[in-house]
Amino acid sequence: MRPATRLTLIIGWLGYVIVPWYLPDGWDLSGYPFGRVGTALALAISGAAPWLWPIGLALVAATLLVIRGNTSFSGRGLIAVGLLGLAALAAQGFAITLPGQGMPSLAVLLGGAGAAQPGMGYGALLTLVSLLLLLCHGLAYRGVCRGDLFTTSTIGVVVLLIGLFIFLPVATILRSALVDAHGQWALGEFVDRLFSSTIWGTGCLGGGIACGVAWNTLILGVLTGLITTLLGLACALLVLRTAMPGKRLMRAMTVLPIITPPFVIGLALILLFGRSGVVTGLMVEWFGIPRSRWIYGLPGVLLAQVLSFAPIAFLVLMGVVQAIAPSLEEAAQTLGAKAWPTFRTVTWPLLRPGLANAFLLGFVESLADFGNPLVLGGNFEVLSTKIFFAVVGAAHNQGLAAVLSIVLLVFTLAAFGLQQGWLGGKSYTTISGKGDSGLPAKLPVAVTVLSAAVTGPWVALTAVIYTVILIGGFVKTMGRDHTPTLEHYSTGFSVDLSHGLFFSGAAWPSLFTTLKVAAISAPLTALIGLLTAYLLTRQRFVGRRLLEFTTMLSFAIPGTVLGVAYILAFNVPPIEITGTGLILVLAFVFRNMPVGIRAGIAGLAQIDKSLDEASTTLRARSFTTLRRVVLPLLKPALIAALIYSFVRSITSVSAVIFLVSAEYNLSTAYIVGRVEAGEFGLAIAYSSVLIVVMAAGIALIQLGVGERKLGRKLGRKPVALAAPAAELAS
Amino acid sequence: MTKSRPASVEFNHVSMRYGPVTAVDDVSFTIHAGELVTLLGPSGCGKTTTLRMIAGLEIASRGQILIGGKDVTRLSAADRDVSMVFQSYALFPHMTVLENAAYGPTVKGLGRAKAEAMAREKLALVGLAGYEARYPAELSGGQQQRVAVARALVLEPQVLLFDEPLSNLDAKLRRRVRQEIRELQQQLKLTVAYVTHDQEEALAVSDRIIVMSNAKIAQQGSPRELYESPANGFVADFIGDANLVDVTIEAVHDGQAQIVLGPLRLTLPARGLTPGPARAAIRPHGITLGPGLAGTVRKSSYLGDHIELTVATPVGELLVLSRQTDASPAVGAEIELSFAGRSIALVS
Repeated sequence: MRPATRLTLIIGWLGYVIVPWYLPDGWDLSGYPFGRVGTALALAISGAAPWLWPIGLALVAATLLVIRGNTSFSGRGLIAVGLLGLAALAAQGFAITLPGQGMPSLAVLLGGAGAAQPGMGYGALLTLVSLLLLLCHGLAYRGVCRGDLFTTSTIGVVVLLIGLFIFLPVATILRSALVDAHGQWALGEFVDRLFSSTIWGTGCLGGGIACGVAWNTLILGVLTGLITTLLGLACALLVLRTAMPGKRLMRAMTVLPIITPPFVIGLALILLFGRSGVVTGLMVEWFGIPRSRWIYGLPGVLLAQVLSFAPIAFLVLMGVVQAIAPSLEEAAQTLGAKAWPTFRTVTWPLLRPGLANAFLLGFVESLADFGNPLVLGGNFEVLSTKIFFAVVGAAHNQGLAAVLSIVLLVFTLAAFGLQQGWLGGKSYTTISGKGDSGLPAKLPVAVTVLSAAVTGPWVALTAVIYTVILIGGFVKTMGRDHTPTLEHYSTGFSVDLSHGLFFSGAAWPSLFTTLKVAAISAPLTALIGLLTAYLLTRQRFVGRRLLEFTTMLSFAIPGTVLGVAYILAFNVPPIEITGTGLILVLAFVFRNMPVGIRAGIAGLAQIDKSLDEASTTLRARSFTTLRRVVLPLLKPALIAALIYSFVRSITSVSAVIFLVSAEYNLSTAYIVGRVEAGEFGLAIAYSSVLIVVMAAGIALIQLGVGERKLGRKLGRKPVALAAPAAELAS
Repeated sequence: MTKSRPASVEFNHVSMRYGPVTAVDDVSFTIHAGELVTLLGPSGCGKTTTLRMIAGLEIASRGQILIGGKDVTRLSAADRDVSMVFQSYALFPHMTVLENAAYGPTVKGLGRAKAEAMAREKLALVGLAGYEARYPAELSGGQQQRVAVARALVLEPQVLLFDEPLSNLDAKLRRRVRQEIRELQQQLKLTVAYVTHDQEEALAVSDRIIVMSNAKIAQQGSPRELYESPANGFVADFIGDANLVDVTIEAVHDGQAQIVLGPLRLTLPARGLTPGPARAAIRPHGITLGPGLAGTVRKSSYLGDHIELTVATPVGELLVLSRQTDASPAVGAEIELSFAGRSIALVS
């Protein structure tokens, strides 16, 4: 047995014998090692929790195997012990939970009839990790993954994490959609709810009643997808194919949606076009157009989403336009085609798959968007907001929320499946890896004019919006009273220096929590994402396709669905973490994990596999290869993953709005609260602070990680914001 | 640290399958200690897979692999005493030349000073002293290749593997580097397995050549054996050019076969063949202009030191490389061809 296995076993005993088994209430250790802070061994011996015995027996068996040392039997033995131990742990955890819940029949079998126990804590965690690693080591000793302990262990950990924090919550949603209020299976009720007219009603066609929420969502998604794609295309063509001035500015715009919390655009739109907005006021004064609430509803949400997501489409389509080899267009021209026929017969057909991709991306973004519909929706409900109100509203209808989540999940999965399956093999753009020289064809005049005509107003409006965001915090009431003031900033961010340093502003606690949670979750996200990417691309093992499929699915889970899933799954033992900071960290890690995986896969694709193999033939094991060869070369991907998960943690609303608590409130949830209370000044001031904080955070991460060094010739590749932006777009 | 000596490699009925595809099918051979053996064949014949199985980068689906008499079939690459020079060189781009070369001993935990001393020694051996602080991107292709060789040599492995090491070099450099590899191998008495698809390269560097085709061994032997007595049409055509013609064996006496080639009658080593229809391989440069087989010139190209002719004869079109450059026959000319003894061989 290698030392790592012994260490693993020690960790297991530590968790079983010394560390308290359950999640503690604070740091009160009175009564140790019994009661709430009891260790598993003490609780089992004293008879308080006899269902913990099998886990201990598994550890004893593992110890015997490790002491006996290397025999052909020990690998197989460890596998069996690990599996049985994990099964015992899971069985007692899920069978014995709160009084009256769990699985009573299984509880009887485990000797815990009628018993209850709190959520598992650090002791259970250590034991779980130990049993899992023993199982993985056993597999390695049997020759799985060429006997590499590190590889099998990593696979085990990743599978467990994805199982617990993606698969389990989604399964919980499905389950709660299928049961009634008493926990009984109720298929009829499910079918009723699934096909109810609030979801699928088409009343709006005849006029009068509002349409079903599913139709609203789809209409909004399709419109957003179409408009963002067209805007993005116009912009990309202008920037890449004309001598238009201000290209740098246009490219800089692509960074904006990344560092802007999703509802901020909606907020700025209210300040401009709301009943008492700046523009509305001007319209009344100049043209006598009466004030109205037109911005609240489909037009407003659509406008906000287009402004929010068009830069993403721009980024995607810039890549697509760039990837069209100029030599193809030159070939068309040498064959006698003029500008317009060249565009129509060569450029456009080559663009089409990219356009479809951009459309689907915009569609999915729109479906997942929660902030803008919340702020601007009014009576226009979409699935994400409806889910929110089903959970937090007066009705508190978990079943409805679950059903709506399933509908939303199906929509996004379908779009995602379409994007992957249908477009996967249709891209013409990556055929040649060689640099194709040549000058791209000039754009036909008509296309140039059209592009400029749609791009101009969009850029102008975006500029106005961000001006509003910047100055909105420095005036009394945007639209009514434009007296300069620092009042909003002092409410939110005042610092009292009279008795030492005291952050007295109302916004400080949520900002500190946000930064703390983001700073903790970003490295975890990057680590798990890159490790998963490494496993998926560089290791061969049974079930790799399944793991790949599951992680792909997790790409498509909208934040609202994940949030609902988390409260449903982690509100009760065995994992009872609702209301803690931990659940926020976990939500961020697994919400952003796809970004880490994508960054990792993209980064690894650029590192030739022969480098790994060269390292292996020079006697390095997987871990050494990963640390010395892969990781240093993966630095750009690491930066992208870090920046991206950090920024997304700060801007995320949809997933966490369900998960925040009085103790752990987050900036976005706080701002949404201020908007709902009508305190627009503070909300907009806080939003600009967030944007500045994120810009600073990005700069810090880039400094901290540094650049990879590939010699003087290649070393100058700047890792700019374009890297994470490209991640978002891919 | 005990220096390991160059060791033999033995394959016993080794197969490699990827799902339904058989990349290597029941292959057996031995590479003796201190010998340079080339695995030669067209792309997709299984030669690289065979090499990677020696390295441990692929674990054989079936059969047994011995290195130095020890069964290593299930050992991972990191546990085998084998180093490899990759086709792409696979130099770590973020490490200097010295760090690259010192990688093996460093990850083995020999300590920085010791590792660097070993690396410097081998870098000097390949003529790269003074380049230690450079990054791979700052070296020419030939220099990168030497770094790759030095890095592979530093641990003094039992077996050294080359995977098409010259394919990224230009033609002139290729000739020089292959000589250097051969000299290094003989100087250090290394056991080397060398993969290439270039028959000239294989003939130039090898003690023995294993020709592979369709996942199997087509023939193994010394360069001269393969060239002069190819076992079959594939080998004849792959090693040097060959005209494959149909012949008839009339009789076999004392290992010599009487054959009929169109209007000609020749006596050739029978190589185990029996009377009946057979095939013969004729080397293009072994055909001379002179009395024998009549034919008509179809194509004629002047190539400086020789003339390349395509001649239509009763036995089919023949490619002829003639050294007689002073008088090149015109297209349509009627000529006669004769065959030197060693340039024609019966093949199965």
